[in-house]
Amino acid sequence: MKPVIRLHSRTAVLADENIDTDRIIPARFLTTTTREGLGQLCFHDWRYQTDGSDNPAFPLNRPEARGCSILIAGRNFGCGSSREHAPWALLDYGIRAVLCSEIADIFRGNALKNGLLAIVIDELEHRWLLRHPGIELAIDVREQYIALPDGGRIPFRLEPFARHCLLNGVDQLGYLLQHADAITHYEHQEQAA
Amino acid sequence: MTSRTLFEKVWDAHVVVAETADTPAVIYVDLHLVHEVTSPQAFSELRERGLKLRRPDRMLATLDHSTPTLPTNADGSRPYANAEAQAQVAQLEANCREFGVELHGWDSADRGIVHVIGPELGATQPGMTIVCGDSHTSTHGAFGALAFGIGTTEVGHVMATQCLLQRRPKTMAIHVDGQLPPGVGAKDLILHIIGTIGVDGGTGYVLEYRGAAIEALSMDERMTVCNMSIEAGARAGLIAPDETTFAWLKGRPRVPQGAAWDAAVTRWRALRSDDGARYDREVRIDAGAVKPTVTYGTHPGMAIAMDAPVPAATNAQERRALDYMQSTPGQPMQGTPVDVVFVGSCTNSRLSDLREAARVLHGRRIAQGVRMLVVPGSEAVRRDAEREGLHHVFTAAGAEWRVPGCSMCIAMNGDLAQPGQLVVSTSNRNFEGRQGKGARTVLASPATAAASAIAGRIADPREYLVEAA
Repeated sequence: MKPVIRLHSRTAVLADENIDTDRIIPARFLTTTTREGLGQLCFHDWRYQTDGSDNPAFPLNRPEARGCSILIAGRNFGCGSSREHAPWALLDYGIRAVLCSEIADIFRGNALKNGLLAIVIDELEHRWLLRHPGIELAIDVREQYIALPDGGRIPFRLEPFARHCLLNGVDQLGYLLQHADAITHYEHQEQAA
Repeated sequence: MTSRTLFEKVWDAHVVVAETADTPAVIYVDLHLVHEVTSPQAFSELRERGLKLRRPDRMLATLDHSTPTLPTNADGSRPYANAEAQAQVAQLEANCREFGVELHGWDSADRGIVHVIGPELGATQPGMTIVCGDSHTSTHGAFGALAFGIGTTEVGHVMATQCLLQRRPKTMAIHVDGQLPPGVGAKDLILHIIGTIGVDGGTGYVLEYRGAAIEALSMDERMTVCNMSIEAGARAGLIAPDETTFAWLKGRPRVPQGAAWDAAVTRWRALRSDDGARYDREVRIDAGAVKPTVTYGTHPGMAIAMDAPVPAATNAQERRALDYMQSTPGQPMQGTPVDVVFVGSCTNSRLSDLREAARVLHGRRIAQGVRMLVVPGSEAVRRDAEREGLHHVFTAAGAEWRVPGCSMCIAMNGDLAQPGQLVVSTSNRNFEGRQGKGARTVLASPATAAASAIAGRIADPREYLVEAA
């Protein structure tokens, strides 16, 4: 994973609460055996009309939302499945951060492992960001704050290990493999028990 | 020693490296279940990095999500929905051969939905840690195991190290007091619980279901309850193992036998929350107040008694959900016209679920214009059901009796509903488009699904059960 230290972008807003993994990428596309190329399927049934053209009612299809890589989403984003296809699709679509007052557990873990900043912020600030799409934000992972255009700051807290991995591009499997001796020791003890 | 909850006992026993302020715990995984959808990228990563499986003996694979539920064609080929589905299945078959993983594939007499066959084979046991790249892994918590879904990156972690990096979650006790009324089952109960605590009420928690009404449930029913823990946002939900658990597991292929069985049961009896153990949150549910329950919106938290009026939308999302479902505020869901009925999925595809549906359907026909699919959870369930003649009850009623798989729960194998159709489904998710683009899903128990198929409208199964009695 490449380090993720800072991120600047305008925001796009999907205000719906409980945007589930089936809305992020419908299950019928899960027959893929790779991680790549899922961006075109991201939000598929919401984003396209039946004839395949862009749905003008989908907020991310608006001209001002194009190129935005910070998504402000309604509460409980990513609920549902454990499929990692959801963060893969979002990243390939161009989303680099999701800010929300609550994010579903499995999705949040999956996102952070892929360098997608799934960040929980306070409800008051979340509500404000939902009402102000298109503002320029700068996310500082090291100092754990989001800088607003007027100089204001929204603090947030990432789980320390997830933050460390983001800042240093740590490969978590590599980290786990370093514990091989402890794992072997555990297995021996368990066998003896 | 301080009092501990069931969850804490299982967690503590699996800590390989303790958690610190800076680093999560390294937690050992006893059983890793695998299916075709969430594993291919993990196997590929292992191959690219030149890594081996640490403990293939602790893995168990099956084919369920992308598999057709129609029988083989005359030429012996399988009626896959598309070439990708077929390629995905072939990929898991090849990966299991290459890496030496036990696969219950097409040739196995035990193939089935991953969360049905784990327990059936006795691979699922009390006190274990169990993971799978599938959020409904919470099902196995019914046995007092700590079981939860993981993403594909973590699937790779477990493959290579048999461990996961985890922060200890919070605990929530859900006390279900009293007794479920006649004709009201485990599915009604869990929908009622999710409707009460909310679709995100369990986020950050591991649930422990306890109390008289939980102790009275069969293992199949306990699996239905634990299965849907994730629909309240909780990664895992546990029930303390008891005599019901031990009797169900005894003699299954993978459980200890003889003296080792007795020793295991002695060990398992200690797997209950101590008196005085503290939970981070406690919720009380009155089982006696639960009625046949269905969903009216587009997430499982939008659940109410079928005879209760649909609540008015309080915000834009709820309005959108009611519009999508064509649910009318103030009107009950009972009586809503039905197009498709699905009995199956890891929530409700076990023998007792099929018996429950058959009890309602026996000697009756489904309404004209209604399509009904009954999909057993495993080959073992299929055999047992056919031995009892349940398949005759279903086909005589006009339903389709299929080959085991996830089928219309996730609708990636070609079993799906058409845009606008209303599906009464015994599965676990009523998300927009889950059962086909534009399909409208109403989650319900097998008895309610069967009653609704007969009536052609969402119907109370108790009316049919009284007649049958």
